[in-house]
Amino acid sequence: MHPIRKKRLTIVLFLLAGLSIAVALTTYALRQNINLFYDPSQITAGEAPLDVRIRAGGMVEEGSVKRDSESLKVEFLVTDFNASVPVEYVGILPDLFAEGQGIVAMGKLNSEGRFVADQILAKHDENYMPPEVADALEKASLTGEQSMPGSAQPATN
Amino acid sequence: MWQFFHKLGSPKWFFGISARFMPWLLAGGVLLLMAGVVWGLAFAPKDYLQGNSYRIIFIHVPTAFMAQSIYIMMASAAVVTLVWRMKLADVFVKAVAPVGLVLTFLALFTGAVWGKPTWGTWWIWDARLTSMLILLFLYGGVIALDRAINDEKSAARAVAVLVLVGVVNIPIIKYSVEWWNTLHQPASFKLTEKPTMPPEMWVPLLLSVLGLYLIFGWLACIRMQTEILSREQRTRWVKEFVMRGRS
Amino acid sequence: MAFDSFSAFITMDGHGPYVWACYAVFFVLMLVMMIGSVRSRTAIIESCRRGYEFQTDKSKVAATSAPSASFERVNVSQD
Repeated sequence: MHPIRKKRLTIVLFLLAGLSIAVALTTYALRQNINLFYDPSQITAGEAPLDVRIRAGGMVEEGSVKRDSESLKVEFLVTDFNASVPVEYVGILPDLFAEGQGIVAMGKLNSEGRFVADQILAKHDENYMPPEVADALEKASLTGEQSMPGSAQPATN
Repeated sequence: MWQFFHKLGSPKWFFGISARFMPWLLAGGVLLLMAGVVWGLAFAPKDYLQGNSYRIIFIHVPTAFMAQSIYIMMASAAVVTLVWRMKLADVFVKAVAPVGLVLTFLALFTGAVWGKPTWGTWWIWDARLTSMLILLFLYGGVIALDRAINDEKSAARAVAVLVLVGVVNIPIIKYSVEWWNTLHQPASFKLTEKPTMPPEMWVPLLLSVLGLYLIFGWLACIRMQTEILSREQRTRWVKEFVMRGRS
Repeated sequence: MAFDSFSAFITMDGHGPYVWACYAVFFVLMLVMMIGSVRSRTAIIESCRRGYEFQTDKSKVAATSAPSASFERVNVSQD
């Protein structure tokens, strides 16, 4: 390789390395701002600010959904399997909302540690499967560990 | 080895060789893409959770994948421009940047339309969606910068530097779903692991990804030919090619 | 087929508008880009050809008008 080209190549590589370090440090410093939501462990540990609009995310705990019979009010626990936070919400839930499903709630944390949401988004994972396979898996897990009351049913809209 | 590399940089040589591949790229690409799309739309089973809205995946994933992979190719070409000053590398960057822009837009658009029925929102400022929007602006910036500078050589270098600076965004897009918590789910396809879906879902997805890749190859060839023709108008071989085709 | 009827295929259990909008935009944009690329290539070839023909015409004119030019120059020098 020609010495001039070698020199140019080193300059380019140094530029790239410097840039990556700068970006890595910046994103590391801003990681809490880049995170879309606080998870329940962070909220119970008091890391989330009170009375500020934040997002909370996690799984809807099995058997925790309580729907008000007269209004659109819903209460449930959102969990990351270490801690859980009670959430209350008035409004229409997304189609994918179900017990055992991931959600992201937007709203404020009040002083009693309850999360008052004004918007709820459904989060799904990267697993896709036909309904029949999901049913079969469901049955297999039910017979495997005795039938649990109120376990999540695969929502087929 | 270096001799071959420099031959690769000759616009005339590229013009001849690309003409031979183009019909195959187009035919194969259209065939694979249509097979993947028809299979995905009509024959693949529906998803247990999302129902039929997940069928958008058969164009969302290919466009998002291509948007990133075109940028990586552009960044490699930018290194070649800066180090070897090879004309063809610069021609490539200028020819494919608009294709990258369109595919990034399509990835964002199909993602938004998919997000509405599944997540409950068109848009959210999570790390994945935001970094993808930055990619759209990077493509736009590359095109604008190239248009803004009249001198061919300085435009080539400025564009190459911008492309290289922007390449740090690519790992951010890819790992955003693992480094931070996002609304967007992690990838279903990974090189090292089994896909997280049954074959009757991932085979059509793979077909449409490959199809779009080949169509991109065709688009890159034809757009590079256009760029080469306009740059090399004064050379004898372009004159011979143009007059032979017409007389 | 994953659908029982053609109308089920169109409506997709209510997700039809989302799915079909995505595919429509995708195919329209791809087609526009592909046709546009072919057209701009044809256009550049056309303009090159016109340029070359113009050049050859001009050189022909220059060749035929060469004697008259020299004739004029003789006139000028006589002045």
